[in-house]
Amino acid sequence: MQEQLVFDRPDVLADVPTHYCPGCQHGVIHRIVAECLEEFGLVEKTIAVSAIGCSVFIYNYVLVDTVEAPHGRAPAVATGVKRARKDAFVFAYQGDGDLASIGLAEIMHAANRGERISVIFVNNTVYGMTGGQMAPTTMIGQKTTTCPGGRCLEREGGPMHMAEIIATLGGVAYCARTAVNNMKNMAQTKRAIRRAFETQLNDEGFGFVEILATCPTNWKLSPVASNERIGKEMIPEFPLGVFKDAAKEE
Amino acid sequence: MSAKRIFIKGNEAIAQGALDAGCRCYFGYPITPQNDIPEKLSSAMPAIGGEFVQAESEVASANMLLGAAACGVRAMTTSSSPGVSLMQEAISYMAGSELPGVIVNMNRGGPGLGDIGSSQGDYYQSVKGGGHGDYRTLVLAPASCQECYDLTFEAFDLAFKYRNPVLILGDAIVGQMKEPVAPRAPLPIDPEAGADWKLTGRGQRAPRILKSLFLDDGALAGQNLHLQQKYQSMQAEVRYEAFETADAELIVVAFGSIGRIAKSTVRTLRAKGLKVGLFRPITLFPFPEAELRALAGQGKRFLTIEHNLGQMVDDVRLAVRGIADSDFFGFLPGNMPTPEDFDAPIRAAVKGA
Repeated sequence: MQEQLVFDRPDVLADVPTHYCPGCQHGVIHRIVAECLEEFGLVEKTIAVSAIGCSVFIYNYVLVDTVEAPHGRAPAVATGVKRARKDAFVFAYQGDGDLASIGLAEIMHAANRGERISVIFVNNTVYGMTGGQMAPTTMIGQKTTTCPGGRCLEREGGPMHMAEIIATLGGVAYCARTAVNNMKNMAQTKRAIRRAFETQLNDEGFGFVEILATCPTNWKLSPVASNERIGKEMIPEFPLGVFKDAAKEE
Repeated sequence: MSAKRIFIKGNEAIAQGALDAGCRCYFGYPITPQNDIPEKLSSAMPAIGGEFVQAESEVASANMLLGAAACGVRAMTTSSSPGVSLMQEAISYMAGSELPGVIVNMNRGGPGLGDIGSSQGDYYQSVKGGGHGDYRTLVLAPASCQECYDLTFEAFDLAFKYRNPVLILGDAIVGQMKEPVAPRAPLPIDPEAGADWKLTGRGQRAPRILKSLFLDDGALAGQNLHLQQKYQSMQAEVRYEAFETADAELIVVAFGSIGRIAKSTVRTLRAKGLKVGLFRPITLFPFPEAELRALAGQGKRFLTIEHNLGQMVDDVRLAVRGIADSDFFGFLPGNMPTPEDFDAPIRAAVKGA
């Protein structure tokens, strides 16, 4: 029987083995971003801003012009890029420690200014590359290397809900939270990223997509159990949905 | 060359110099005593099709500079001492990623909140790196409104020539005083600037990555060696003013506003028969080491005067080591120096022979 190729890798994705841990979903999200870039014909005019942590290595996989930002500063760097080069398509790719902790000021103000950029926010409730420390999104009771007894509401506060916070800001055109734990949610993630990209292309304002994803290594769970945790624990705390869409408010 | 001179403050001269040099992106955050710069550029920059952003912090403004610089666009941020401390993170990343940008520090008194008056307390921070890691920035120190204009104008060329951040280290005195300034003919925007490295969207070429992360074995060592060689090559940019140094027995070494004030003292003492001169470094990095050493070789003695507790004097001593030494007089921040304030210290240094 002759083999027929029915599903291929987007050209903008590098044909290299991944360095990410087994079960990590950065690769899934990279692929969705890559598909959206190709479908909108944006590959040649894209400038990406990579952040600190595991997400910095997006430039090894998504083959577009990229500048690396200091920890948390990707929205400010992306602001500089977009202001300098208005014809470019600009997206930043950040993790939760980066965006919701050290970079809280930068994300809030870039969103509030309505910068014409798109921010992909990967939330896995933990600092990944530094070895599993508590993040602003760490859930109550979740054990990390810096809250070994589990995050305590009275001591450390509760998890930050970034999509809800960002949606309150005036310059935001689109803000959603999705997950990549099953095919249905992956498809929704792609729709959300497409819409976030569209708001930049249509000059509507700032686009933001929070994506719930796994970190099996630091969660100390198998890839399968990690994926199940998204559905059982994370989604109830971080509800999926579109929190703002300028197009639907008119 | 425009013949018409304009009567402006040092801070405004910096803003005008940047505009005329083709700067098209400005990011800043208010802090005294440099607010004239963002205030002028908030209207002047958009009027010529440029971008002005009042950032949420100095941290953000320096990172916006990083982003614009990565695109090969002439960009600038300005601040004063506490704000420049916050910018050091991005300056280190820009040095590591080899990005050109201009950062202005109108030095005020410190440490901490200090005061808003003039000081030279940020010399170490400016010339020894300031942020983390082994790196250097070109540092230019204006002593007049004309130099504020000229050095800012030229800073952009230097930033692109070396793909490196360039610092202008001014101070509250030079920023707030007002003098006639002769502007230059504005530079046209060069679309080819940074053609072989800047981010434009990859088009048909291979993607470019501007980064300071080098994890592979030996990769960082190679990058840092390359950077070191670049910093050494900056020696070609050394600038200084030598005033009455030829027959001087004692040479006062001072930079920026203090150099200018000391020049008045030197002129007065010359008229009274004292063989004194002035050496004013204009580039603080690269430091005019060879030139000072040559003067030491001629048997001259040195007195370094600074508006701090003694910072540049280290570099003067390094320059003349093995041949001569330098006395030091520190005029403390929190006070405004006059030429008379330097009279006694210079006379004492002359007698100390």
